Amino acid sequence: MNVVKPAINISPPVDAGGADCCDAGALASFTTAATGPNPVDESTLALRDPSTFVMAAGDGQSSLNLLVENLHCAACIGKIEGRLNATPGVVQSRVNMSTRRLNVTWRDGEADPAELMRAVQALGYPVTPFDPSELAGVENREGKRLLSAMAVAGFAAANVMLLSVSVWSGHAGGMGEGTRTLFHWISALIALPAVVYAGQPFFKSALAALRSGGLNMDVPISLAVVLAAGMSLYQTIEGAEHAYFDASVSLLFFLLIGRYLDHRARAKARSAATHLLGLQARAATVVDNDGCQHAVRIADIEKGMTVLVAAGERIPVDGTVIDGRSDVDTQLLSGETLPKLAVPGERVFAGTLNLTAPLRISTSALADATLLSEIVKLMELAEQGRARYVRLADRVARYYAPTVHILSAATFAGWLVFTDAGWQASLMAAIAVLIITCPCALGLAVPAVQVVASSRLLRAGVLVKAADALERLSDIDTVVFDKTGTLTLGHPELIGGTYDTAQLSLAAALAQHSRHPLSKALCAAAPASDGAISDVREEPGYGLEGMHDGRRLRLGSGAWCGVDGPAGDQDGTEICFAIDGKRVAVFRFEDTLRPDAREVIAELAKMGLGIELLSGDTPHAVAHAASALGIDAWKAGCLPADKTARLEELARDGRRVLMVGDGLNDAPSLVSAHVSMSPASAADVSQTAADLLFQGARLGPVVTAIRVARSSTRLVKQNFALAFAYNTIAVPLAVAGLATPLVAAVAMSSSSIVVTLNALRLRWIG
Amino acid sequence: MEILVYLIPIALFLGLVGLGAFLWCLKSGQFEDLDGAAERILLDDEEVSPDDAKTAA
Repeated sequence: MNVVKPAINISPPVDAGGADCCDAGALASFTTAATGPNPVDESTLALRDPSTFVMAAGDGQSSLNLLVENLHCAACIGKIEGRLNATPGVVQSRVNMSTRRLNVTWRDGEADPAELMRAVQALGYPVTPFDPSELAGVENREGKRLLSAMAVAGFAAANVMLLSVSVWSGHAGGMGEGTRTLFHWISALIALPAVVYAGQPFFKSALAALRSGGLNMDVPISLAVVLAAGMSLYQTIEGAEHAYFDASVSLLFFLLIGRYLDHRARAKARSAATHLLGLQARAATVVDNDGCQHAVRIADIEKGMTVLVAAGERIPVDGTVIDGRSDVDTQLLSGETLPKLAVPGERVFAGTLNLTAPLRISTSALADATLLSEIVKLMELAEQGRARYVRLADRVARYYAPTVHILSAATFAGWLVFTDAGWQASLMAAIAVLIITCPCALGLAVPAVQVVASSRLLRAGVLVKAADALERLSDIDTVVFDKTGTLTLGHPELIGGTYDTAQLSLAAALAQHSRHPLSKALCAAAPASDGAISDVREEPGYGLEGMHDGRRLRLGSGAWCGVDGPAGDQDGTEICFAIDGKRVAVFRFEDTLRPDAREVIAELAKMGLGIELLSGDTPHAVAHAASALGIDAWKAGCLPADKTARLEELARDGRRVLMVGDGLNDAPSLVSAHVSMSPASAADVSQTAADLLFQGARLGPVVTAIRVARSSTRLVKQNFALAFAYNTIAVPLAVAGLATPLVAAVAMSSSSIVVTLNALRLRWIG
Repeated sequence: MEILVYLIPIALFLGLVGLGAFLWCLKSGQFEDLDGAAERILLDDEEVSPDDAKTAA
């Protein structure tokens, strides 16, 4: 699965630590609302049967790894760990906030893993078991490797520098030759092992580049470090005046800082990829011919098997309904707000949500042939198209590395030919050129800006996932939006109808028993609903029925309420409420726009960007939203392929497009666009596909992200300019042989510091 | 100058102790969840032993 190149980890803005950030009420209904026409048998929850994922931890203990959603703040950690630690038999539970994972260990037989999962779920955090061996932390090991290399280089640089400063002041103050050589030897003892250890990330990459016949930034770095250390050792043995140990280790130290910052910025989000894998690693409940149910990994499901999907579960594979009647929420797949009715014979797709009643499905496609995986394939295709984009730093490196090598070789040759200084002094001058030009400032130029930009955006509720996302975002000229869930909040709200307060609260009391989006909207709009409703049953596709004070209440379509005529318009956004077969009220719903959508669209237009709307929803709904927002270019009923086609058309016209979307159906277009953003409420696949994620109900972060991207790219370019300006001063000095270790050290450090300080300006400028 | 014979080894030793401590922290996983570590400060950990918690629950 190489589509999941970028990564995700939704860290919320720092100020989101309030109570609302942990409002997981919507998900609590997942577990508590087991009321429906066919009360969900507890055993049907076996879809979440974690038994296949439980591992023996030794000492008679078992442990289970879970992916946790909705983790936001300290309170979430406290709630989950507190709840689990208070469960008898649990030895330890630990939430990892960075990777959104939870590890629980318990004594064998004293706790039930399914029970533990239900406990966390009931707190409002959906969990998915996963197999840690599948998600082996490659990036994690790499980060550790870089950190320890950085620590060693830092230690060596500090100590060698101390000794070197003594030697330099000794040059002026008349340090004895013996003392100087001793200091050089001590420096060698510290620096040489440090270079061997801490230089490996560069040496390996340089060797790989050389083997494939190319050059990268790591080649001059490795060459300079190795040559400087080797030459210094030779000088030390000879008892000569200058040694370059300090230069080689501090160079490594600075570069490792840059590399680690770069690594962290990317690894931070990589866990979204693991989330996608986790999604696929889930188990499904398979029913045998003899009626036995058991959990099977999705990868092991075969064509023709019967799968049981409980209400509230995602459908694991594509298939045909053979038993049951339910509403299926296809919003993530198609962008439609209202659920579709699934009856026997109907096709259902992996990734959609089964809302109201259990379904038995005969699988028609294997895990790797589902609509979901077709979308993933579309994404892979689009990904290849994008690979042509070359990061600014790489473009610079392409010319920089050969130039540096030629310059240093020319220096060596020039000294040999035109002076009689001998090969040693000539080589020293060549090394000085390599060290001075070493892309220390260049190595920091991009990561430093990126880290400042990401942390600033994080505060604004935007998470930057792709390493080059900001660069790409800065040169867009068109923005394409998806409607449902992107411009709108993706759930309907009560906007009108004919009813009074008493009817509303009674209807809401009935609606409480359903997970249907319109029922939820009704509950949200009603004041505290009163009245005990008994004998509630839900008829998927029609509505709800219940008894109150001996009267029969019905809520749903006109036909259900026993009324003829236009009980709902063609979008089905009206529902009726009937008491004893007589219609008493009508409620009308609409998917509401994000609160600042209008302002944001206006703002983007003012920035000179073209704006388009591509939606999978009905023409009526799209036209309505487009006119409310003042968008002229819109298209309704788009399939995923339609969206990518339109984006390719735009790309052929030379437009660079920012795609903003949230659904599974948007995932391919998110990848094929020049750059893409998703709300944090988007489908996992879309979150994985998008370059940036934004949080909250407001659309404003889109504008903020574009602004910050533009200024950060400006700063990166400034940094490159600074690095080059420094080179034009320092290189002639080095070529002329005037760059003593002191000059080199001062020049290198000051250029790095200037570049870092310049990056910090991003905190203040817009 | 003889003082250097003591000072340099002492300086190096202290530096190595720091380096060793850092590498130990790294190895024992203290850098694995930096986000979580930042948030955990806010938790009131009353050091309830698991057994106490069970009787309370």
